[in-house]
Amino acid sequence: MRRRVAITGVGAVTPLGVGGEALVERWSAGECGIEDGAGRCREFDPLDFLSRKEARRCDRFTQMAIAAAEEAVAQAGWSEELPYEGARIGCVVGTGIGGLGSLEVQQRGLIERGRKAVSPLAVPLMMGNAAAAALAMRHELRGHVYGVVSACAAGAHALGDASRIIRAGDADAVLAGGAEAAITGLAEAGFGAMGATSPSGVSRPFDARRDGFVIGEGAGVLVLEEAEAAERRGAEILGEVLGYGATCDAFHLTAPQPTGGEAARAIGLALADAGLGRDDVDYVNAHGTSTPLNDRSETEALKLALGERAAAVPVSSTKSAIGHLLGAAGAVEAIATVGALRRRVAPPTVGWEEREEGLDLDYVPGQARPLEPRNGDGPLVAVSDSFGFGGHNAVLCLAA
Amino acid sequence: MEIEVTPENVEREIFEGLVELGTEREALSHEATLESLDVDSLDLVELAQIVEDEFGVELRGDDVKDVRTVGEVIELVVAKAE
Repeated sequence: MRRRVAITGVGAVTPLGVGGEALVERWSAGECGIEDGAGRCREFDPLDFLSRKEARRCDRFTQMAIAAAEEAVAQAGWSEELPYEGARIGCVVGTGIGGLGSLEVQQRGLIERGRKAVSPLAVPLMMGNAAAAALAMRHELRGHVYGVVSACAAGAHALGDASRIIRAGDADAVLAGGAEAAITGLAEAGFGAMGATSPSGVSRPFDARRDGFVIGEGAGVLVLEEAEAAERRGAEILGEVLGYGATCDAFHLTAPQPTGGEAARAIGLALADAGLGRDDVDYVNAHGTSTPLNDRSETEALKLALGERAAAVPVSSTKSAIGHLLGAAGAVEAIATVGALRRRVAPPTVGWEEREEGLDLDYVPGQARPLEPRNGDGPLVAVSDSFGFGGHNAVLCLAA
Repeated sequence: MEIEVTPENVEREIFEGLVELGTEREALSHEATLESLDVDSLDLVELAQIVEDEFGVELRGDDVKDVRTVGEVIELVVAKAE
């Protein structure tokens, strides 16, 4: 029988606060953490988790990953002692850009004061694998450890890869997630220049008035364990990663394929990987960026992948509450999805009011809606979409 | 403006530099070993950059590779300036 992948701990730092609970609770209540056109983690203080020395050796994206991992590991009951040999535990953390804030500071030093102004920390601060490396050092994880870089699909790719590593038998557990701290001058200007970000500063996925994404920051980390081993040690199983599908549009550097064909194929692959069909899907956590292009092509993809079921399934976007966390999005949204399934609710697409022709799915306007269990006390099943510039599509099938 | 290299000035700047790098001020003394302060090779490169900025004294990797205590760092800077 195939090895199953259990989720035994989650941790998040998001614009809705520090903690996975704050994210799910406040999003379900219809709150939004976006202020002044950005989703900043205002409540996050790195010194709550790190010494001054540790903090200055980490870019903000790594700092947030460390905080999220701290929470996830504690929830899994790993704080005192690892339940498996370090060599049997991996760590895969996605990011869109890595330590961009650090890069900008060092680059300024280089231009203004020359090579000697560049810190020996410049490279380790900005490298995209910094968060994975920092978590491995902190928790003594010595298995598969690396970063994933696939723009806004990175967090989902990280979780998908991690679950594959466990299923393949290469690890008994993997700390997996995503982290991003790119609310910086260069990223804001770059996304703005390509017309991807919202001039109005409002994230309203699937709404006719949507005008781009709102940049956010944060991190999400999950403890994934081989399910039988987790059960043997008496861990609380929060949910399961049932399936994973990954495809690429190979169509355009930034624009999604308008038909949603490859995104739909990723959804289908994730369901097939889970051994499920379209009628088994109880909830869809959309990529839902609030860009005109994504929300239309994603709607097409869901219709292609789910057929008639698409109209009956609640589809909502976490980005309506926290903005777009780029490489952290997939991981944070997986945490939000599992939390929503456990609460048996579909949280709302906050602020959705105006329907656009063709965007005719149930986007859960207004407030959270109860999810009706179709199989008694059995788990509910969700699909969580993540798509990234470069045409990357990574879809997770989750249950709780 | 570079600061004049005196043992007092160098001590002040090295202590301040180490605190900036994350060392607790109370732990600092001439006798304290770099190892006990958790000062590693990356910290030493940063410290060398501070020394060069403040005093115009260039420390190379070879210069600091055998240095064990904070006092020895201070002595090294003073000696290099002479």
